[in-house]
Amino acid sequence: MLIIGERINGMFKNVRAAIAEENKDVIVDLAHRQVAAGAHVLDVNVGPASDEPARAMVWLVDTVQEAVDVPLSIDSAKLDVFEPALERCKVAPFINSTTGAQDKLDFFLPLAQKYDASIIALTIDEQGVPSTTEGRSEIAMRIMVSAMEHGVPMEHLYIDPITLPVKAVQDQCPRLLRALGQFRQLSDPSPHTVIGLSNVSQRAQEKHLLDRVFLVMCMAHGLDSAILDPLDKELMDSLITAELLLDKQLYCDAYLEAYRR
Amino acid sequence: MSLPPYQESWKGSIGTLTLGTERNGSHTVTIGGHTTLPFLGFEGETRPPVIALEVWDQAPADWSGPLAEAWRDVSADAVAWAKRGVDELGVDMICLRLVSASPDLADSSPAKCSEVAEAVADAVGVPLFIWGCGDNAKDNEVLAAVSRALRGRNFLFGMAEEDNYKTLAVSCLADNHAIVALSPLDINIQKQVNILITDMGLPIERIVAYPTTGGLGYGLEYAYSIMERSRLAALGGDKMMSTPIMAVVGAETWKAKESIADETVAPQWGALKERATLWEAMTAVTFVQAGVDILVMRHPEAIAAVQKTLGTLAG
Repeated sequence: MLIIGERINGMFKNVRAAIAEENKDVIVDLAHRQVAAGAHVLDVNVGPASDEPARAMVWLVDTVQEAVDVPLSIDSAKLDVFEPALERCKVAPFINSTTGAQDKLDFFLPLAQKYDASIIALTIDEQGVPSTTEGRSEIAMRIMVSAMEHGVPMEHLYIDPITLPVKAVQDQCPRLLRALGQFRQLSDPSPHTVIGLSNVSQRAQEKHLLDRVFLVMCMAHGLDSAILDPLDKELMDSLITAELLLDKQLYCDAYLEAYRR
Repeated sequence: MSLPPYQESWKGSIGTLTLGTERNGSHTVTIGGHTTLPFLGFEGETRPPVIALEVWDQAPADWSGPLAEAWRDVSADAVAWAKRGVDELGVDMICLRLVSASPDLADSSPAKCSEVAEAVADAVGVPLFIWGCGDNAKDNEVLAAVSRALRGRNFLFGMAEEDNYKTLAVSCLADNHAIVALSPLDINIQKQVNILITDMGLPIERIVAYPTTGGLGYGLEYAYSIMERSRLAALGGDKMMSTPIMAVVGAETWKAKESIADETVAPQWGALKERATLWEAMTAVTFVQAGVDILVMRHPEAIAAVQKTLGTLAG
């Protein structure tokens, strides 16, 4: 299970302040702690409040790379943020994210190919988020074909079936689970799958419980990557236990400790 | 169109462990270091296993005829026994079993055991694997003393088990030795013992797993599959399984009735000596294919047969 740490994001107040003041300590600390807690990739997002997002992203990339050497996931809603940041990455990065809309694919896939980047692709198209499982699969298929046309290998493709808040659209949760299963049937090798986990618990009261139960359910349906908070120990324990129950790790009584070695 | 060659590429690898020192005419032996399955040299790094001759610190009383015969003139002298193994058979290591320490036998003192171990170590120049008598309380005393006496020689000590590992782990850590972790044909306990030992501060690279051994006809397939699964788990990235592996072949096969019953008892089985040495050699060669790193063996002809096979396999 590939873990993408979500904590370096301008949506968090302390990160937003650190970016505004160019205070490296907060960022470096979050980078170290997330990697120590098991993150394989760190997502970096300057947040919506930044005045100069491209410049802030480059600063963030440089700062995190001074502290750790894991791949970074460049996460932004603004297109012009990506290339300057991708250029700075020392390890093959992630692009977070494209959608299945053709103009987005035509923008992002050449970037992924140029920078040897993995790319997260949301199953959204010109019509928005599909409400059905099949709608998600259809867009996933289009994304895969487009990736092949642009020379982006399947192992660099992470398809995100769009996690929606259970509090708003409860019926979408089982549809997402079914979509995860369907994506695996689309090709061999199949594309990776990823979710932005905390979306499921947005505005809900039992956030942590919802996150960890949903993560385990998704893993049972074949999810092999997630953007999540690795500092949530109960969440990580659930993830490790799910991997064990899916026979991805060899059991021993101290399996939690063994995983963390 | 020709098919491209298919090669497995593994995430994990087996740790490399060098035993012994290059001081005073001694030499080292290196085991492990595999990045793929045994003998798949086209895929990655592999290293054939080494053979350790099992030597006792007192003459074995009840060994099967051909085995007792092979060592009769040296079996009361561990130094001469070990020297013959190294000089004449060319074994890579000596497994010195401190059998005499057993409270049920001679109950030898830790000092006496240390003396024997030092004498053997000085005489042979190859790394030793020092193995206690199997009585936990006594072994904790004896092995601690022998470890101290052989401090810095970088030898191998055993056995650490799930319910008795702390004393030996501390000794190995303090005196710079490596440790053998025993698990009773149970891959989950194998991993657990490794975690317990590394918790004591001894790194995983200083552990050799002994998942216990089933001889031909007595659980060989089961022992084989555990060894293979543990190797696959390690190559798959499980760091806590990434140890070299030992098989104690001689002691297992020479207790089977096929290695004891002579021609008068079982004429249809053929000559005892050939049968029993083949039993040991066949068991050893089978484990070679599962990825074993140290073979602890007993009979000179079985050892020679395995050496010959290893030479052929390693090309």
